[in-house]
Amino acid sequence: MNALLWMLLDLLLAAMLLGLGWAAVATRDLKRGVALFIAFGLLLALAWARLRAPDLALAEAAIGAGIAGALLLAALRSEPQGGQPAAVPSRVFLLTLNLFSVLLAVTVAWALLSALAMGDSVRLAQPVTEHLSQSGVSNPVTAVLLNFRAYDTLLELAVILSAVLGVLALGPARPGYRLPGPVLYGLIRWLVPLLIVTGGYLLWVGAHAPGGAFQAGATLAAAAVLLRLGGVDGAGLPAAVVSRWLLAAGLLAFLAVGLLVTAFGYGFVQYPPDLAAGLILVIESAATLSIAVALALAYIGGWPSRRAQSGSLHTHTTEGGTH
Amino acid sequence: MLSAEIIYGLTGVGLFTLGLRATLLQASLLARILAINVCGAGVFLMFVSIAYQGLAQMQVPDPVPHALVLTGIVVAVSATALALALGRRLRESKDE
Amino acid sequence: MIDVVAVGLICIGIGFFAAGSIGLLRLPDLHSRLHALTKADNLGLGLVALGIALVTGSLVIALKLILIWLLVLAASAASANLIARHALDRREQP
Repeated sequence: MNALLWMLLDLLLAAMLLGLGWAAVATRDLKRGVALFIAFGLLLALAWARLRAPDLALAEAAIGAGIAGALLLAALRSEPQGGQPAAVPSRVFLLTLNLFSVLLAVTVAWALLSALAMGDSVRLAQPVTEHLSQSGVSNPVTAVLLNFRAYDTLLELAVILSAVLGVLALGPARPGYRLPGPVLYGLIRWLVPLLIVTGGYLLWVGAHAPGGAFQAGATLAAAAVLLRLGGVDGAGLPAAVVSRWLLAAGLLAFLAVGLLVTAFGYGFVQYPPDLAAGLILVIESAATLSIAVALALAYIGGWPSRRAQSGSLHTHTTEGGTH
Repeated sequence: MLSAEIIYGLTGVGLFTLGLRATLLQASLLARILAINVCGAGVFLMFVSIAYQGLAQMQVPDPVPHALVLTGIVVAVSATALALALGRRLRESKDE
Repeated sequence: MIDVVAVGLICIGIGFFAAGSIGLLRLPDLHSRLHALTKADNLGLGLVALGIALVTGSLVIALKLILIWLLVLAASAASANLIARHALDRREQP
């Protein structure tokens, strides 16, 4: 009975995911599509929770639905209302595309089902569990991310940095927002400190419970997005010189720690087991700040203007008053 | 009795195909970026469904695909940001 | 006993959510729909959160749930105000 109820819940969630995904991509009105995509991201977070992946649920809600949704909405602001008129595809093209899609879906589904049916393959979960005590943390996902497969995370930080450098190089920041009214001002005043504290908590708790650098960085970036929406064009980021260092801090800390341990005879990013917890915390803190600055700059679309960076929420509202 | 990994895995396949089809059909760049994100979400669902497979034997699901998908989510958002910036620059250079 | 009360609270909460969703679909204009969304849905969320808080054994989780409810309350109230204000401004300029 219990299993049947869970299966019904899963079927309902899966149907809603497919429905929302279809509606988000098939709609003409892009604003509606983006709103549906944000809802899709939240339901996907529920699916991760159902698949026993709480780290992923946190990351999807913060990054996949929150930051990605904010990015798409900001991009929609400058998109002209109609877009270009869609060229109607020919019937032959549609037919071949649909046929190809069905074939692709059937092939991938068959591959997935045979992968799921292979019960006795070698799983990496066992070695991870066995060596978890030597990794310095007790959350297996954090252990895999920052210890066992630290090289992947190092390269991931480099990828994020490259993407943000691309965004910064492509032009000035997007236009800012007007001054907030009393309601938005009050909300920002309460939420931003709470978000900063929550970010710090997520960073700390990532060692032994779901959480970690990425979720914490995304929470801090959300605080920056809120500040930007409240008319603070600098989005709470420090001056450009400091921001550049923060942007590189994650990668630099990772490289520094990774190279430092080689001086003591270990391999690259192969931490000594008794120091691993402290080293991971250092790397995660730097990575949190990096990711936060990176996502905030990606949302702003470029460097905030020099004059704006000295402003704060209070100076903006007392100078300009309410709208 | 359909278990969770089969349901979500097939949902992932469906989302992947829908996203891919919409990427090829849609006209505007923003719609295509949206569709690719949905496509990516499908891939992540497939990944994590395979990770869930180990539940029968072990207590915890396989953390390696979880870590990979976590990396994937963050990289997908960064790539989306870059694609949107490129689209904006493209539009501005067309208007000049 | 606690379980029965919790299940009852959750069911009433779901009822409020359903009422809010029906209001979203059936009410005529933006402002009345906002009304249905913020009032009915947040009350439903509060009841569901209270029901779950009764069932979990730990006080910390119960406090976290109440905090989440308060945050959702604040955020949805602010967003509803902003949406309604924006719609009002737009309507005055034909």
